[in-house]
Amino acid sequence: MTTVTTAPAGREVGAHGAPSRAGRGNRPRPWLYLLPTAAVLLPLFGYPLYMLGLLSVFDYRQAQVSGGQPATFVGLGNYATLLGDPRFWSILWQTVAFAGALVVATLAVGATLAVVLTRAGRVPRMLLSLSAMAAWAAPAMTGSTVWMFLFDTDLGLVNQVLGIEGFNWFYDKWLAFFVVGATVVWHSFPFVMVTLYAGIQAVPSSVLEAAALDGASAWQSFWRVLVPMLRPLITIVVIQSIIWDFKIFTQIYVMTNGGGIAGQNSVLNVYAYQTAFGSSEYGLGSAIGVIMTVILLVVTLFYIRAMYRRGEAL
Amino acid sequence: MSRSRLVANTVAVAAAVVTLFPIYWMVLSAIKPPGEIQSLETRPWTLAPTLDNFTRILGGESFDRYLLNSVVVTLSVVALSALVAFLAAVAVTRFRFRLRTTVLIMFLIAQMVPIEALTIPLFFLVRDLGAVVPGVGLNTLGSLVLVQLAFSLPFAIWMLRGFVAAVPESIEEAAMIDGAGRATVLWRVLFPLVAPGLVATSVFSFITAWNDFIFAKTFIISATENQTLPSALLVFFKPDENDWGGIMAASTLMTIPVLIFFVAVQRRLVAGLGGAVKD
Repeated sequence: MTTVTTAPAGREVGAHGAPSRAGRGNRPRPWLYLLPTAAVLLPLFGYPLYMLGLLSVFDYRQAQVSGGQPATFVGLGNYATLLGDPRFWSILWQTVAFAGALVVATLAVGATLAVVLTRAGRVPRMLLSLSAMAAWAAPAMTGSTVWMFLFDTDLGLVNQVLGIEGFNWFYDKWLAFFVVGATVVWHSFPFVMVTLYAGIQAVPSSVLEAAALDGASAWQSFWRVLVPMLRPLITIVVIQSIIWDFKIFTQIYVMTNGGGIAGQNSVLNVYAYQTAFGSSEYGLGSAIGVIMTVILLVVTLFYIRAMYRRGEAL
Repeated sequence: MSRSRLVANTVAVAAAVVTLFPIYWMVLSAIKPPGEIQSLETRPWTLAPTLDNFTRILGGESFDRYLLNSVVVTLSVVALSALVAFLAAVAVTRFRFRLRTTVLIMFLIAQMVPIEALTIPLFFLVRDLGAVVPGVGLNTLGSLVLVQLAFSLPFAIWMLRGFVAAVPESIEEAAMIDGAGRATVLWRVLFPLVAPGLVATSVFSFITAWNDFIFAKTFIISATENQTLPSALLVFFKPDENDWGGIMAASTLMTIPVLIFFVAVQRRLVAGLGGAVKD
């Protein structure tokens, strides 16, 4: 099993079952400690989640919000509307494809640079780590504004360097997705890089030396030794990226001004928000939210399974 | 120097430059005089740095007010989240109780819920809440604090577990033998020992609260004096011509606090994330 030994937060829990103190007459104590958390999460997380489901089976629009008309129960009507709407399907596939491309790109960049980090000298390594930290820390909002400025039609640096002043990157659907995607990858590759770098560091050097002695090339020892050893960690990084990229909101909303020309760059999250708050179709928007939650729940179940496979005791 | 080392160094430096460039460009554009931003011959440096953009945005559009609002909301969220998450993390690492795994899985699942979709029910919840409890309804900073606290908690607890588990239990036991009560052990012994991890964890609560744009946009409708930075930033986008100097100056003001915080806790953060990913 691979463990990240660089972490001081060691695993005292688990193997030898450290969570103890049970049966010493303090049975209610953990619940006492969890009370503040429950007081926040139940009303502000659990209840809204329940309400999201509830709203999704009602016809709930502006008239119902203002109390002019009673909300009518429509059962799965909102879902039927969505599933019969080609626009919903195109946005769903668009979201899946965009998230998929982002995950692949983030992983490719993050993994490559993690390997580069292990081979680079001290100073280049420091430089890359610090720059990656800065990109990681930059708020999604300001990251979006800077990349928008870089790709601005008239005053953007990119257009001036390429000599195509006046070219609008956000007119074409795919180019717009490309620019937003670059921004997202810039934000998210540091997490992958740092995590995988820590994982690689934890692989005993003797393993790689043995591979080298047996005549493995660098390429072979990467694919045949490192990747299999890091597979559990890679799984977790992949699933975490899927969850984040599937939920992308700020970058799309800000950079394409709410989903692009005629909503061409919309993704599910933006679509749900626009349906609810833009078109005042709160019931329909909630149904989109429920569908997203279910999809992410399935991904999370894979995540939990991957963690158990790693032999994690929660 | 071997060839592979040379390649690695070159790639690392090139990647560092590309990664840092957008941030450099943001700061540079913020201190460029307006004429240079408007110029069609952009240069990657400036010979006449000026704070004009900063004074302009801080002077008008009540930007200073938004900055203050953001600071108040963020600090409240960070402090509350640290306290609440600390107790919860102690509960799930130091005790073995029924439903413990279930509780942990709930925290994990909570992290994946699409927050933006939850804005729909939360909008109505906050609206109704405001009618009963003053100070947390629509258009208040209190509503932002509450909601962002809820969304930063699951990850904070998840990450803090590793830091609590890293403190040997024998220290607490020794304190107990010396006659310390439970509360003393918790707040005077364990809390200071976990504090470094708490700071690292706080970075994420900080970012959640500081970056939030959707709740501020949705909840703060009419009371513009309670607007926070991220949505205030959108004010500078004009349909005809964007004030890029102003946008970049505002973006710089918004990025720098996070950057400082992040770099300060960088080491612990990586360690903690290792723990969070691992555990």
